Amino acid sequence: MDRDSNIYTFLFSAIMVIIVAATLATSATSLEEIQNENVRKEKMQNILSTIGIEVEREKAPEIYNNYIVEELALVSDGSIDKDIDAFTLKLNLEIKKPIKEQRFPLYLAQVDSLKYYIVPLRGSGLWDAIWGYIALEADKNTIKGAVFDHKAETAGLGAEITQKWFLDRFVGEKIFNDNDELVGISVSKTNNDPNGMDKDDNEVDAISGATITGDGVTNMIKERLQNYLSYFNNKNEIIAYQN
Amino acid sequence: MSKQNNKPETKPMILFINEEREALFSKNNRALLTDPMDDNNPITVQVLGICSALAITVQLKPAIVMSLSVIAVMAASNVIISLLRDLIPNRIRIIVQLVVVASLVVLVDQILKAYAYDVSKELSIFIGLIITNCIIMGRLEAFALGNGVWKSFLDGIGNAAGYGFILIVVAFFRELLGSGKLLGYQVIPDFVYEMGYVNNGLMLLSPMALITVGLYIWVQRSRNRSLIEKN
Repeated sequence: MDRDSNIYTFLFSAIMVIIVAATLATSATSLEEIQNENVRKEKMQNILSTIGIEVEREKAPEIYNNYIVEELALVSDGSIDKDIDAFTLKLNLEIKKPIKEQRFPLYLAQVDSLKYYIVPLRGSGLWDAIWGYIALEADKNTIKGAVFDHKAETAGLGAEITQKWFLDRFVGEKIFNDNDELVGISVSKTNNDPNGMDKDDNEVDAISGATITGDGVTNMIKERLQNYLSYFNNKNEIIAYQN
Repeated sequence: MSKQNNKPETKPMILFINEEREALFSKNNRALLTDPMDDNNPITVQVLGICSALAITVQLKPAIVMSLSVIAVMAASNVIISLLRDLIPNRIRIIVQLVVVASLVVLVDQILKAYAYDVSKELSIFIGLIITNCIIMGRLEAFALGNGVWKSFLDGIGNAAGYGFILIVVAFFRELLGSGKLLGYQVIPDFVYEMGYVNNGLMLLSPMALITVGLYIWVQRSRNRSLIEKN
């Protein structure tokens, strides 16, 4: 058959597309379960690490339930939606809905006798989505720990938000200012406190060359946390902890 | 482009069986592996694949993983295109090459996500960037379409290794001078910092990758005079 004829060209591309599509579809569906399992374990690992429990990814599911006592899906008015499984809630889809229709996952944790509130975060960095978890102490103000991750931030610059030295700067910082207004944590380039000694300034030191990613972290923390205020201010929420 | 450009094989070759049997690692075949390391380096001589060389040389580790992935994808795609070289319609050959490279990259990405999740996280965006690497398309077009499977395989490995070598050299200097670390471990001792040494933040930005590549080309040409253009 003439290799330059139209029929051959069409035939070749048709067969090629079918073979490629079949190969990729097979690999995607057959590996999907293992991939989702990895993501699930990593999520547990991240949640645990915000409250200071460092564990290998493979072992995370075993001890997850020892520390996380409750998973809640909150409505914007502070009530709890009992029909929804908070752990499997997809924040990337929720965040696109109007505030009133969104459900906000909240994880309640207990380590020894100390209680923590873990809030999942999601926002945008320079290139793509960034997300993370932030754990608040029982005063719902002081940060116990934070974890951030990203889809496509620049290696060596924006991607450094996942590093321990950056996350450690958040520990002990407050999300409310002196007037009890929620200000979150500002990733600041004008922070005159590079060693993070001042824990009441609502600021951490930014990463050079990662301005937009840093601003993304700032916005993400404030935008997400303000949705939990109505729940945090609700006195009845203590019921959730009465075992 | 490259030296092997216009040397399509005259005798038909089916897989590994050649009429005049050539040793697997004959002098010609060895040159396919070693040429791209120096005389015909894809980055410093052919000036291909510069974009990814700028983007992923901030740290040593992603540069190494990227080099390994490019070697895998390039060897595999060179072999596939070489196998199909008598079947591919000339008019859509670029599209066919793209489809082969893109599907291989997606496949590698899927497998990494399932069985080497940490590596896949480390690579994140870079794995997709392999598709856009002009070295791969360049070698498919210039070599695999006109040469046998074994030669194409060696050519793929050689060129990807030449690319990876530059990546690692540049990343070494950028991570060392920019962050004072190698592979994430601090190598510049604390007392040097106490004496007033400061990491050069400029090394972390892409312009310095270009300058580092430029310096490498300078050194390479002063050692290897045959690379200097006559005019």
